[in-house]
Amino acid sequence: MNEVTVFIMGKGYHVPEGLTIMKAMEYAGYRLGRGCGCRGGYCGACATVYRLRGDYRLYADLACQTPVQDGMYIAQIPFTPAERPPYQLADLQPRGETLLSLFPELARCVACNTCTKACPQKLEVMDAVQAALRGDIPQVAELTFDCVSCGLCTMRCPAEISHHHVWQLARRLNGAYLTPRALHVQKRVQEVAAGVFKADLDALLSLGKDALVAAYKAREIES
Amino acid sequence: MGTYPKEIQESIERVEATRPARMAMKPPRLTLQEQEALLKGFHPDYRPEGKRKLTVGASWGEPVPHELADLLEAYPLLDPREVDVSQPDHDVDVLVIGGGGAGTVAAIWAHQSGIPAARILIATKLRHGDSNSIMAQGGIQAADKANDSPAIHYLDVLGGGHFTNDPKLVRALVEDAPSVIRWHEDLGVMYDKEPDGTMITIHGGGTSRKRMHSAKDYTGLEIMRVLRDEARSRGIPVLEFSPAVELLTDGQGQVVGAVLWNLETSEYTVVRAKAVVLATGGWGRLHIQGFPTTNHYGATADGLVLAYRAGAKLRDLDAVQYHPTGAAYPEQLVGLLITEKVRGMDALPLNRLGEVFVHPLEPRDVESAAFIRECASPEKGGRGLGVTTPTGMVGVWLDTPMVDMIHGKGTFQRALSSIHRMYVRFDIDPTREPILVYPTLHYQNGGVVIDEHGWTGVPGLFAAGEVEGGVHGKNRLMGNSLLDYNVFGRRAGIAAAGHAKKATPGAPTLAHVGRYVEQLKSAGVPADRKAPLLLPEYRGERALSRMVDLL
Repeated sequence: MNEVTVFIMGKGYHVPEGLTIMKAMEYAGYRLGRGCGCRGGYCGACATVYRLRGDYRLYADLACQTPVQDGMYIAQIPFTPAERPPYQLADLQPRGETLLSLFPELARCVACNTCTKACPQKLEVMDAVQAALRGDIPQVAELTFDCVSCGLCTMRCPAEISHHHVWQLARRLNGAYLTPRALHVQKRVQEVAAGVFKADLDALLSLGKDALVAAYKAREIES
Repeated sequence: MGTYPKEIQESIERVEATRPARMAMKPPRLTLQEQEALLKGFHPDYRPEGKRKLTVGASWGEPVPHELADLLEAYPLLDPREVDVSQPDHDVDVLVIGGGGAGTVAAIWAHQSGIPAARILIATKLRHGDSNSIMAQGGIQAADKANDSPAIHYLDVLGGGHFTNDPKLVRALVEDAPSVIRWHEDLGVMYDKEPDGTMITIHGGGTSRKRMHSAKDYTGLEIMRVLRDEARSRGIPVLEFSPAVELLTDGQGQVVGAVLWNLETSEYTVVRAKAVVLATGGWGRLHIQGFPTTNHYGATADGLVLAYRAGAKLRDLDAVQYHPTGAAYPEQLVGLLITEKVRGMDALPLNRLGEVFVHPLEPRDVESAAFIRECASPEKGGRGLGVTTPTGMVGVWLDTPMVDMIHGKGTFQRALSSIHRMYVRFDIDPTREPILVYPTLHYQNGGVVIDEHGWTGVPGLFAAGEVEGGVHGKNRLMGNSLLDYNVFGRRAGIAAAGHAKKATPGAPTLAHVGRYVEQLKSAGVPADRKAPLLLPEYRGERALSRMVDLL
């Protein structure tokens, strides 16, 4: 197995090539607590920044999804302090100014695009900030749908925006108020409450195993 | 692109050669008899050497995997001399143990049932939301279309579970399902919809109607983050990095709180509560039979250990769910989930020769058994037609380019964006090349016995989500776990609130643990075995993916 040298918070370790940053830390002897959650790229717990030897840039990514490189200097971000103003969804209107009134710091965006460069999901973060400033809630929701709330953009933002909380509110407003409701769901909820399916279910619950198996085999399968 | 090693490239050419003929093909489904034969021959659950019968506790004599038996037949982690349980750090009405989907839903509904937010506490091992719930990709089932009904859903669930489910729990699951979807719409979950609001629904393995609702392939993430935000709006307190290490009981055997362990300060936290909801999730990180897992870091079966010591019964824990499609290549992705939705969108599993060998949407256990048979060597009764990777993993192809070829260019990236992103990071384009998959440890089918209100039978103790058993019998269908945690999280939250309003808890003790220790001693359990596990051990060589010893 080929080895590479990585520097975890400045201290060097030899680890097998090809490991993710997360597994490399464990291989080096770390027992992770913070900085590790789903291990699959969904929860955003393992936000990590790193530099490469001979390169001025500060990179940001998820430790569970990023292979180590030789000469990598690694530090995990254990927590992102971020402001979420109190609100109840039911009290809010899905209007253009709603986001800006709860998160006025959006207006401090200087369009530097650092947020976009920091995003491990490769989302167009700055475009989402601009859409939020315009009050275009559906556009914010669409652009940020794949956000895992890792907080890396928030830690890098010179305007000190708490991005993931803005996105969360925009998506909820979009889902609850700006998308047509599924009428078939409402109809079915009423039917269940009215007991439309009660007799069918009572009958199924009273069947013995052989009769149930027969009913199962006789199911029509939608094509 | 095209980063597969040369020896694998040749097999990809065979896949490409058979593709045109497969485009309109629907492989036949297996009969129940054929399914049974396949399971008996190749499903890991049918390897008797993988399990043993419990020698202590309320489910004495039940067979469970060795990895779980080692935790159930184990001494407490907590040293009673180090903690004074009569001096609580928190005193609440409802304590929810677990901050994933089930716990968050239970807390919201306890609040909705009239318990003030400050009288509720969510205690969780990692951060609020870091859970299997947030990792679910494919979708959530609910019979809400005109051609469907809760009764049809009921039959699908029972057949998928091989008729071993608790019928009352299945009824609750299917009857509550449409109202769960409507509640999510109220909360602002962005489901995939037609422009007029109609839900876009597809098949999952073992469904007879297209009732899988999704939010791209981030369904679990989208639902979990909305629920978490709602809990925050309600001001429900959360203690993170504080897993429970023991329940507390009073003189009447009622559960009246728990002892937590602060992972960051290495101190105990004592919580007194009138009702406790156990929502600790499953067991994937036990790596049963050496399998890789799709599960989050904290999935170590702690809830089973705690509840069992308090006298709760367990069921169906001999049944492990291996998801058919875990990533088998590249090494960095081994074990991670490739949602069933990929097969729901018509990608076919193929062997090394590019041949179809199974219907893509058999129930999960059957589909997994078929993959294992295809890969197992002929000496072990298999077909030896898997693809071997440079690190020695074996897998079958999932022909992902079919998704765009059938549903139009751009569909894969739009509908399966998390999978697309995951592979592109490693220079594999799943819209142009197939991907290699092999079964991966995914779900705890069984768990703590509950009634339809989430009550465990132990006074004051309720359970919801993956930790409980009976809903899915011996095999869960896709899309019923997100549904399960919403249905039983809600029911357990309401029932716990009701219990808390009239409960008269006595002084908290660890007496039940003392009694359990006596049983352990008489059963001759080795004294060095401790539980709960809290976190898996991956330091050193254990960080490397392991080869599954099934081939």
